[in-house]
Amino acid sequence: MSDLAYSIVTRDLSLWYGEFQALRSVSFKARNGLITALIGPSGCGKTTLLRCFNRVNERYGNVTTTGEIRLLGKNIYDEDVSLIELRKSVGMVFQRPNPLPLTVYENIVFGLHIHSPARLNASALDEAVEQALTDVGLWMDLKDKQKSKATSLSLDQQQKLCIARLLPLKPEIILMDEPCSALDVEATRQVEELMLELAGRYTIIIVTHNMAQAKRVSHECAFMLMGELIEHSRTEDLFIRPLDKRTAEYIEGRFG
Amino acid sequence: MFEATDQTRRKQRQESAIKYLLTTMTVIIVLPLLLIIFYLFYKAAPILSLEFLLENPIHGMRSGGIWAPLLGTIYLVLISLLIATPVGIFAAIYLNEYSRESWMTRVINLAVVNLAGVPSIVHALFGLGAFVLFAGIGRSILAASLTLAIMTLPVIIASTKEALAAVPHSFREACWNVGATRWQTIRNVVLPNSISGILTGVILQVSRAAGETAPVMFTGAVFFKAIQTGDPFAYGLLDQCMALSMHLFTISTQVPDVPDALTYGTAVVLLGVVLLFNALAILLRIKLRGKKKW
Ligand SMILES: Nc1ncnc2c1ncn2[C@@H]1O[C@H](COP(=O)(O)OP(=O)(O)OP(=O)(O)O)[C@@H](O)[C@H]1O
Ligand SMILES: [Mg+2]
Repeated sequence: MSDLAYSIVTRDLSLWYGEFQALRSVSFKARNGLITALIGPSGCGKTTLLRCFNRVNERYGNVTTTGEIRLLGKNIYDEDVSLIELRKSVGMVFQRPNPLPLTVYENIVFGLHIHSPARLNASALDEAVEQALTDVGLWMDLKDKQKSKATSLSLDQQQKLCIARLLPLKPEIILMDEPCSALDVEATRQVEELMLELAGRYTIIIVTHNMAQAKRVSHECAFMLMGELIEHSRTEDLFIRPLDKRTAEYIEGRFG
Repeated sequence: MFEATDQTRRKQRQESAIKYLLTTMTVIIVLPLLLIIFYLFYKAAPILSLEFLLENPIHGMRSGGIWAPLLGTIYLVLISLLIATPVGIFAAIYLNEYSRESWMTRVINLAVVNLAGVPSIVHALFGLGAFVLFAGIGRSILAASLTLAIMTLPVIIASTKEALAAVPHSFREACWNVGATRWQTIRNVVLPNSISGILTGVILQVSRAAGETAPVMFTGAVFFKAIQTGDPFAYGLLDQCMALSMHLFTISTQVPDVPDALTYGTAVVLLGVVLLFNALAILLRIKLRGKKKW
């Protein structure tokens, strides 16, 4: 964990998909070790902003980006930045759990295999798997099911597994794109608890459409609208005293 | 309560009528297939034997076996697939996984689709012009295999692309976001999950390569050529060869007084070669599906 105050800082970040501008001059900061929630109506660019942080947008076709993105003080558009190392440090969790069609065990060691040329020591791998599953609270449930297909798990187990598979790579930042929208109430609660446990060790950005969830889990909250960052403050402040009229309207549920 | 009304009875009648219609259609499709196979074997029965496979045609092709054309066809199919399969699969991977939407890739995709529909006789002529004459390879197994490869390539590319596109996008996202390169993603996740579809596409091309007459006739197959029996390496790459498809054409239309059994026997063997290649591909598919990681 680095000791900078902010792990993510963007300045004047704009992004186009072809001719379509999805982000408009976004200046966003995420505090180190805290959970920052991104809220806003559908299509306002939350997912797009998340994907900027590990530069994975570039894999989605014709994308142009301008402005600056600093992660842990480092400009990620610098020449010497390796996308592979960047994405190793910035993990992502998706709306629908997307475990690979492999076993639980293989899913977790997948990242390690990708990043190490040589064959890895089996006991070290076992340990990494146990550690990762313990961290997400799945060890008890899955320790005897490590060889079963990840896709056969329940949805909430799959989602936790998707979080677990990031951990062996020792990421700094975890991006979560509506991680609970496919889960039921109880599973949502568990994932939220997990996020609160992981905070501190990791900087977490979570996109959510659920205001109550944003209130429950986030320390800071940012509201986006049509590609712009409208307001960003401490979660209590944002929900109790929004500064912008549009923020107030959104959190009161008047649009979106 | 719950009694059938006139309307529901009409729907039920319609339902069963449709079911009978569909069943009949299925039988109508399957029946001729079974008839063909039965008829072929029935007519060929007197001649089918190991010697038939392992001896050259004799007496102006009116008796003897089919060793030379059998081996020729195996060579042609094998070599053309060895060329077309890797090229086709890699091209499809490029088009589906790497290329960006641009006018170039649109032209290439359009070309692939249209090439898949070019009649084989046109490929034959192209092979004659390009490989036999222009490249100076001469009429040979190599030239004929290249021609067959060119003929099967577009279809292999198209079917491979389809198989790749069927792999869920979320698998790729999962890989990218742990820092996998494109190639790691393809090798570890995309290919293992599409290999069945890819091989099915390739299998379908085996029968095309084995069955086409014109492309090999123009570029490397001859009416008659006796080769060393029992030697699987009796042909060289630059030799001309006999081919089952052409042999069948010859003995059924060009040579008088060929016994029926010989013609039908040749057809059965041609069918056998295709089925053999299919079986090999299916085995390979099962083996590769077993290990999802390579
Ligand atoms: N790959 C893409 N190519 C072109 N346009 C895109 C692409 N991805 C997103 N967009 C567009 O960019 C805008 C922002 O999309 P984004 O997915 O970031 O929104 P979002 O805030 O995450 O929405 P949601 O809440 O529905 O997930 C949308 O108008 C969308 O149509
Ligand atoms: Mg989104």
